[in-house]
Amino acid sequence: MKITSRIISDHGLNKDEYNKIVSLIERDPNLLELGIFSAMWNEHCSYKSSKKYLKNLPTLNKKVIQGPGENAGVIDIGDNDAIVFKIESHNHPSFIEPYQGAATGVGGILRDVFTMGARPIACLNSIHFGDQYHKKTKNLLNGVVSGIGGYGNCIGIPTVGGEVKFNSSYNENILVNAMAVGLVKKDKIFYSKAEGIDKSVIYVGSKTGRDGIHGASMASAEFDENAEDKKPTVQVGDPFTEKLLLEACLELMKDNSIISIQDMGAAGLTSSSVEMASKGNLGIEINLNKIPCREEKMTPYEIMLSESQERMLIILNPEKEENAKKIFKKWSLDFAIIGKTTNTKNIVLNFNDEEVANLPLSSLSTQAPLYDRKWKTNPLPKKTEFSDKVKSFKILESFKKLLRSPNNSNKSWVYHQYDQTVMGDTVQKSGGDAAVVRVHGSNKGVAVTVDSSTDYCLSHPITGGKQVVSEAWRNLISVGASPIAITNCLNFGNPEKENIMGQFVECVDGISQACKYLDFPVVSGNVSFYNETNSKAISPTPTIGGVGLLKNLDYMMTKEFKHENSIILVVGKTLGHLNQSEFFREVVNDISGPPPEVNLFNEKNNGFAIQNIISKKLTSAVHDISSGGILLTLFEMCTEGKIGVNIEIPNNNISNNQYLFGEDQSRYIIEISETNKNEVYSILKENSVYFEIIGKTIKENMVIKNEFNISIDELKKINSEWFINYC
Amino acid sequence: MKSSVIVFPGSNCDRDIAVALNKFNIKNQMVWHAETNLPKSDLVVLPGGFSFGDYLRTGCIASKSKIIKSVIDHVAKGGLLLGICNGFQILIETGLLPGTLLRNKKLKFLSKNVYLKVTNSDNKFCLGYKKKNIVKFPIAHNEGNYFAKDEIIKNLEDKNLIAFKYCDSEGVANDISNPNGSSKNIAGILNNTKNVLGLMPHPERAIDPLLSGVDGSIMFKSIFQ
Repeated sequence: MKITSRIISDHGLNKDEYNKIVSLIERDPNLLELGIFSAMWNEHCSYKSSKKYLKNLPTLNKKVIQGPGENAGVIDIGDNDAIVFKIESHNHPSFIEPYQGAATGVGGILRDVFTMGARPIACLNSIHFGDQYHKKTKNLLNGVVSGIGGYGNCIGIPTVGGEVKFNSSYNENILVNAMAVGLVKKDKIFYSKAEGIDKSVIYVGSKTGRDGIHGASMASAEFDENAEDKKPTVQVGDPFTEKLLLEACLELMKDNSIISIQDMGAAGLTSSSVEMASKGNLGIEINLNKIPCREEKMTPYEIMLSESQERMLIILNPEKEENAKKIFKKWSLDFAIIGKTTNTKNIVLNFNDEEVANLPLSSLSTQAPLYDRKWKTNPLPKKTEFSDKVKSFKILESFKKLLRSPNNSNKSWVYHQYDQTVMGDTVQKSGGDAAVVRVHGSNKGVAVTVDSSTDYCLSHPITGGKQVVSEAWRNLISVGASPIAITNCLNFGNPEKENIMGQFVECVDGISQACKYLDFPVVSGNVSFYNETNSKAISPTPTIGGVGLLKNLDYMMTKEFKHENSIILVVGKTLGHLNQSEFFREVVNDISGPPPEVNLFNEKNNGFAIQNIISKKLTSAVHDISSGGILLTLFEMCTEGKIGVNIEIPNNNISNNQYLFGEDQSRYIIEISETNKNEVYSILKENSVYFEIIGKTIKENMVIKNEFNISIDELKKINSEWFINYC
Repeated sequence: MKSSVIVFPGSNCDRDIAVALNKFNIKNQMVWHAETNLPKSDLVVLPGGFSFGDYLRTGCIASKSKIIKSVIDHVAKGGLLLGICNGFQILIETGLLPGTLLRNKKLKFLSKNVYLKVTNSDNKFCLGYKKKNIVKFPIAHNEGNYFAKDEIIKNLEDKNLIAFKYCDSEGVANDISNPNGSSKNIAGILNNTKNVLGLMPHPERAIDPLLSGVDGSIMFKSIFQ
């Protein structure tokens, strides 16, 4: 078959890239080979636009065992325990087919974690939808939530946290970012690097079908009005098979049977075989007739590019083959020897006794194109002057409006569809600052959180990047954990456009600055570009998954007020920054101005002071102040129990709206007793941390002096209306 | 006291129940569904999860497993059998308990803590609930909406075979406190001889003050007595 320019562009490659292929292999590729190049060189797999900038992210601290480059990152949590975690996007498929797209997003990220030998202990997700009035939003929301639940609930891993957001920039490009966290013994971690020649290459798991062909290429292009035609590129998930695969792999991993292992994710058999062999600096030979196929007469092209789910590639110690076979038979899974490692440094594919592809591995990996794309800077917008109109908004009405808005509504409609308590170790569920999962059989806990930034990042990407990392760090501090490391999922538009590339470059810069300052390195992640439809891009959306450790769960903190008559403190300075706030967006209907400034010194200093106060058991509730400001934060601290608040706004030179709705960073609200107050004040003063006493806890009502007095139950009712009425 | 937990492909609360049994000094063994002989046991547990992926009908394929015959023999000899969540669905499919479990009324998976009223504490599983008959357990299911013909419901009521009903914190069982649409707010039922209990809520997830409370502990203590 002649490779025409049409075929080349259908494979998502441009003319220069095709010429580069020809010069690398010194001939024209055949169609199968072109398909393989397309799968390996697309943005999703090659990071060709982002690599230059990702290199600048800090990836190491004392706790990091494995940084980016493996199936997932790994950190040390002591006692020979390690945590494996990663976040990944499944945006494009979820827009085309929300249930399967979201489900396979969860399945894929879980495989990344258990491929490394870890038993997954928690799932999290960050999902973004379009405006509530957009015709697709309701269906997409229902489908994605069901899909996430459908997969996680069946496989039996608790979904413990996440976020759900709405913004019109996602009308035609929703975001589904799924994170998985696993627990492994430090000396039992498995890697993907192949070792030794003439070793059998084993295929295990589900059969290969015609689903998801070119999924990774689809996810590396913009959508147009025909996006739904791409449905056949979406994979179909089977969580039951994944559960069997999980148990079978963990059973096989008990001894030293496995030399290396890699899941078949994006670009399926192609990327897994290429990655394993090239990491080991080996070659690989595969007989495609040996691949277990679900459908008849599948061609080599279809086999190599299928993204059928629940499959793994393993290189086994030869003497362990019989035992491994037995394990997979017990779990009713396919087990096939499909090839061997070689010393040729090429990938060779045979089909019906003919060589159908033969490519140097380096041409697919290290020699893949890298781009230094043009970008332009995003200056900091000017602050909007507050007119008297802003001051005139009534506080209670504004507050109720916020509570009714989709973004600030109670999300229990969502998380009640996720099994949060299976595995019996979820000690803090969705709804708090971070979720906490106990390390099974111990009194240690792993704190996990997912946070993203949309508006802040669109307004000023460097600040947005810094803010989202700080927010994740602050959330971990709030539950009493020591933050350790993050995984990131960077969702952007088309990087070939200068303004989009500028958003990316500067956002990564912000992330990098915060990670360095807070000693909070990036150990895994992914980049999702081309979140655009008909040239309209999403707002830049970095999503951060943060992980921290609680050495002793007796020191775990929660956000709910516990007692009446406690003192309520705001820790950190309130300046009343309203630009880009929820109040401005939902109430004033103004999206101008810069995001709040992130001062990393204050972030760290205030956070460490809170950590110190928690570690001395001087507080009974901690909640970080994030979107919605002090007022929303106070409300969230009242929602579980029968405790309310009586607040008197301290004397200051800002308006009450600014004080209550301002989104200044690095702040917390804490509950302390009369007995502990002097010790808390002296810790804060010694560390030069600004704080204010704003009132006391009382029974059942929320009282803001001179403004309003309303029952918590009424507010809760208002807060839960939106989802119930909408879905 | 000895127990066996039957593990099916797709079971996912098998470890949780094993932890609970162990915590209350019940000596437990895991038994793979393809075995034919049950080890000597006082109690057999069918755990929660998605046995065989819930394909065909929840619990249906599992109810045809090789081990089920010896589980039925165990019950005939008066042994205790507890089915939790998917285990309850399997019990229905084996015919050891009557009725059926439909999809939740709102057609959504539902995971939350609910209040239950113990309506029969005169059985080996619930003896301890005489003193405390309103309890809090987590639920996590998609098909927990109990339904049966009128005469079956009547029989359950007449013979006092309803063990648990969904209610609110005050013990009121009505439509508002019914999470999934179950007839008569039924959350768990007993067989005629009261040695088989099937329930949708998860007692094994309520054995730790750090998690969802300790009301489930009472059931395991009752069994152990």
